[in-house]
Amino acid sequence: MSEQAEKVKVVLRRQTWEVEPGITARQLLEHLNLNPESYLVTRDGELISDDTVIRPGDTIRLVAVISGG
Amino acid sequence: MRCRKCRQKAVINMRQHRLALCRDHYVEWFQQQTARTIKKYKMIRRDEPVLVAVSGGKDSLALWDVLLELGYRADGFYLRLGIDEGIGYSDESYAKIKQFVAQHPGTRLHVVDVKETYGETIPEVARRVRRGRGKPCSVCGLIKRHEMNRVAYELGYPVLATGHNLDDEAAVLFSNTLNWQVGYLARQYPVLPGREGFARKVKPFCRFYERETAAYALLRGIDYMYEECPFSVGANTIYYKELLNTLERERPGAKLHFYLSFLRAKEKEGLFADWEEPSVELHACERCGQPTSAPGRCAFCRLWPEDVLEQPHESFVPLTLVEGA
Repeated sequence: MSEQAEKVKVVLRRQTWEVEPGITARQLLEHLNLNPESYLVTRDGELISDDTVIRPGDTIRLVAVISGG
Repeated sequence: MRCRKCRQKAVINMRQHRLALCRDHYVEWFQQQTARTIKKYKMIRRDEPVLVAVSGGKDSLALWDVLLELGYRADGFYLRLGIDEGIGYSDESYAKIKQFVAQHPGTRLHVVDVKETYGETIPEVARRVRRGRGKPCSVCGLIKRHEMNRVAYELGYPVLATGHNLDDEAAVLFSNTLNWQVGYLARQYPVLPGREGFARKVKPFCRFYERETAAYALLRGIDYMYEECPFSVGANTIYYKELLNTLERERPGAKLHFYLSFLRAKEKEGLFADWEEPSVELHACERCGQPTSAPGRCAFCRLWPEDVLEQPHESFVPLTLVEGA
């Protein structure tokens, strides 16, 4: 498998990133400079907890939770 | 991280409670906590029908779902605002709500379409009356409050429930404290008692973090409107929520403590107990009967041209959808 395929795709609304696997969901948010209090992390549509390790090839969708005006 | 109850893999960790739970135990916990809040603040009696103000967002649809799960006779109220802004915001919100109704047989949804009822969408009326510095939020708030009160009263609901969560309440508290808005601080509470012609207003999610209501919606498969109202960009509330979450990140439980200790100070220590509203004589609006500070018509009724308000009563009756009917 190529190095590119090992990366993790992260999607937040219309933004995407590619990051290295092997970090936890909370570390992923911190790596992207996002406040873990303001986002949920899902993998294959399933909610995952802060300490879940992101695997190679995962597609991660972030859910922003702050709303209102 | 393991579920505290069953040791299965946890899907959420609530650092402020030092509590991690799996999917099933989280859903159970969330519903039980809502029931406790309703009981603690005497929000809803078992025999009372509840009108739930729904926007299509995570909080209001999650609230409707929980109230139905807890066995309340909970019906929805949706105000179609007519906000498009190139993303079909109102149309998509309405589609999410209708989908929710379709998935919950027997539920009832009352809908008022602002354009069909009053002739203009929210952005159109805001432009015409030049209120709100280029944003329709002030007009939107005025129309929402009036229509929620009107529909609850006309359809005979003694309780109106909204999906305000702890982040909403803490942001309002923070803003009102920064500006020492004593009157607003004195009134802020999870329940606003009903009075003649007005339903009691309740916030059963006031002790949940926004992250928790979003998690509940995800775990229950509630397909909610994820896009924000296009006019909310740059809103003070969002800025205050982000500030409070910065604090929460470093000090887990800070938001919870900020809000709950405010409530405790009011309940146990008499904070604002001696506060008296400045004596403003309230009058019934000569058209709709809702209270207004000046004689004549209220701010809502002053928004509209005479021919709109003189329509027959039937024009103002909400459309009611019942799944299965």
